[in-house]
Amino acid sequence: MSKPFAITLDVGSSLANHTGSWRTERPVYVHRLPPCNDACPAGEDVQGWLYDGEAGNYESAWRHLTRDNPLPAIMGRICYHPCQTACNRDELDEAVGINSVERFLGDQAISQGWQFIKDAAPSGKKVLVVGSGPSGLSAAFHLALQGHEVTIRESAAESGGMMRYGIPAYRLPRDVLDAEISRITNLGVTIECNSKVESAESALEEGFNAVFLAIGAHIGKRAYIPAGDSAHVLDAVSMLHMTAEGDPPLLGRRVIVYGGGNTALDAARTARRLGANEAVVVYRRNREKMPAHDIEVNEAVDEGVIMRWLSTISWVDDGLVTVEKMELDEKGFPRPIGEFETLEADSVILALGQDVDLSLVDGAEGVAIDDGVIQVDNFLMTGRDGLFAGGDAVPGERTATNAIGHGKQAARAIDAWLRGEKFVHAPRPALATFDRLNTWYYSDAPKTVRAKLDSVRRATNFAEVVQGLDEETALFEARRCLSCGNCFSCDNCFGVCPDNAVVKIGEGNYEFNLDYCKGCGICAVECPSGAIDMEPERS
Amino acid sequence: MSTQLKFYQVGSFAVGNRLIDEADLPEQSRSSRANSLTSGHRACQGCGEALGARYAIDAAMAATNGKLVAVNATGCLEVFSTPYPETSWRLPWLHSLFGNAAAVATGVAAALRAQGKSDIRVVAQGGDGGTVDIGFGPLSGMFERNDDVLYICYDNEAYMNTGVQRSGATPPAARTNTTHAIGPNPGASFTQGKNLPLIAMAHGIPYVATATVADLHDLEAKVKKAMTIRGARYLHVLVPCPLGWGSRSEETIKLARLATESGLFPVFEAEDGEVTATKKIRRLVQVEEYLKPQKRFAHLFGAHGHPDLLNAIQAIADRNIAKYKLCDPIEAEADHE
Repeated sequence: MSKPFAITLDVGSSLANHTGSWRTERPVYVHRLPPCNDACPAGEDVQGWLYDGEAGNYESAWRHLTRDNPLPAIMGRICYHPCQTACNRDELDEAVGINSVERFLGDQAISQGWQFIKDAAPSGKKVLVVGSGPSGLSAAFHLALQGHEVTIRESAAESGGMMRYGIPAYRLPRDVLDAEISRITNLGVTIECNSKVESAESALEEGFNAVFLAIGAHIGKRAYIPAGDSAHVLDAVSMLHMTAEGDPPLLGRRVIVYGGGNTALDAARTARRLGANEAVVVYRRNREKMPAHDIEVNEAVDEGVIMRWLSTISWVDDGLVTVEKMELDEKGFPRPIGEFETLEADSVILALGQDVDLSLVDGAEGVAIDDGVIQVDNFLMTGRDGLFAGGDAVPGERTATNAIGHGKQAARAIDAWLRGEKFVHAPRPALATFDRLNTWYYSDAPKTVRAKLDSVRRATNFAEVVQGLDEETALFEARRCLSCGNCFSCDNCFGVCPDNAVVKIGEGNYEFNLDYCKGCGICAVECPSGAIDMEPERS
Repeated sequence: MSTQLKFYQVGSFAVGNRLIDEADLPEQSRSSRANSLTSGHRACQGCGEALGARYAIDAAMAATNGKLVAVNATGCLEVFSTPYPETSWRLPWLHSLFGNAAAVATGVAAALRAQGKSDIRVVAQGGDGGTVDIGFGPLSGMFERNDDVLYICYDNEAYMNTGVQRSGATPPAARTNTTHAIGPNPGASFTQGKNLPLIAMAHGIPYVATATVADLHDLEAKVKKAMTIRGARYLHVLVPCPLGWGSRSEETIKLARLATESGLFPVFEAEDGEVTATKKIRRLVQVEEYLKPQKRFAHLFGAHGHPDLLNAIQAIADRNIAKYKLCDPIEAEADHE
């Protein structure tokens, strides 16, 4: 071929020039553990289901969520959302309102009638779950999906455990509770109410291949308080239980609640709803040291509950309570200062913690009890083969979310044990920390605050206090998720590469074309969610 | 300027989003983008100019349905994209001399007009050396005659390809191989410099704009807008240069962002000689944050640093902020207290 003057080579594209050979570091897509997922005691893939929710795919978001937690409408109301405490967005403006989106999805599922899909073949194994609270229901749900035949025995007249008999209806309406429980029984789980299991051992002998004790902690702790004969003293657990059964105790016009946990506030707020003009919470330490969650305290104060810090009850008699004032020593322990005061009170409710009714493991072989709770191994199995325990009955934080997590873990461990194996946890990815985010790319959008019922109206009835999000606000909230540590298909890497070395491979995924990637690292620095790492190239 | 897509997760700042309608996506998030400057070019790792050129020319290609001719001045962009006999360009592309890109582009436009092919559009492009210094005469002529060319300057603030020599666009105090960091006034001098966007505006041409590689949406919108206008248009794009600036290759976009967020590089557009829009600063930073990661400003910092020069540079940024109203007044006050 003849060429123009001074031209000796054919024209070619620079594509022949594989500049990837310059590279000393290569980019790799990574999945890090978002702090919300890390903090969730139920092990929810929060970032994962928010990702589905962001696109408006509420059903797939709900299915993604319920892989781990079968009770989103309930937990969207009563969970203390450690996910939001951990949320990286809090450092930017405000944490994502994960809890309210969870509730929205749970309520959608109820109104749309979504059901769980069970596709495992029957295993032929029978499992007994003792107790139908959050951990029992969670375990039953997971076990049923694994193909096992599950029976729940419940000593009370209705299922739900503390969710029915401990948590007041203004926080958790009973139709929501019923709807989520019936979805689990629709999987073929049998719940036998009014059926107290007297002995764990005899249950095992009855023909169940495994037993999960999810018996909760339903006995109110009684502290010794000097009291006159006519003093009206009762415990918070019984009081809430009786109220839930529709047979509330007579409390009078002035009620004192003794204790500083969430149960104390539930009791005080319930007392207000039962007609008490004055509900006073007496607690020996101060607000900072109070174990109750801030939201609970705020809502209680809004409703007119009076908080009396740094006080202990020293004497109770008919209509009168003597309290002694306290101060905190340098270690934060309360000590009396010798000043007394008398308060008028028609009744005193003790909310000093709960004990586990351990009668069913009395003398059970291999079962160790310590500090009033059942001891279990890392797989929630007691010392007795095939006997597992979880929730409030074992050591750990006593929350419904934690109980749901126990139910899931127990189900996995039981499933593995029934097959003669040990459950192996998937390795935990490294945490997606705030410093790995490129927050420039996220625009400012503060949290949607859920509406609350007007406090005056609320204090007099059991209507639900916190109202849910509508679809628009739920979608807004879901889209505030930063997707920490996980790609959310924003095309930034695809756009910012000076060498066109990022390729779209479909369904929102990308790949690096290492023939041309020079390893400059711009994609990793500009990735909003910190889902790209640079790794040294091996020679 | 750029379209405001309200996606709270990413705002309108990331390149794309899976939730945005296909029609609203920027060119750079499409697999079908022109990739006018394709892979295998020999620009350094993290080259801001390679990125800026692809952003701009792809947008122009989209705006003209691919009917585009590019004329290139001598410089990095030309050298790294067309080492004989290879080319990275995927559109008709001409290179003549260092200083005559504007004149050649004018000629191309005239030839197309003579052939009745007014649907084919012309861009001329060059670095800051080929634009503000060597090619300034032809460019001024192109402006003055209002020739139908979009001239894009990729400004990396020195002659990088020949070994980092000072240009008329080199910022004060910057170290280059011809402005060493020695003596009482180290680095480039504090002169007026050549502010070509303002000079272009003084010609009264229909459209002048500045942009950076840190804001793709803004850059694409400006190129597309420029292509809707006939006559001489000028776009000045700040493109950080890891080699000449002594910055890390992965910080190219970050530095462009800090240049605008500090007020040192005002992003605006002007029509017929008047500023019509400015890009507000979103997170105001002190110039130090922009200068410190660049080795060309290393002599300003440390035990033998030059706080006086740093203050003088901050004063430039403050003047820009006031002149172009880059901040909401309250925010600006709060930061300078």
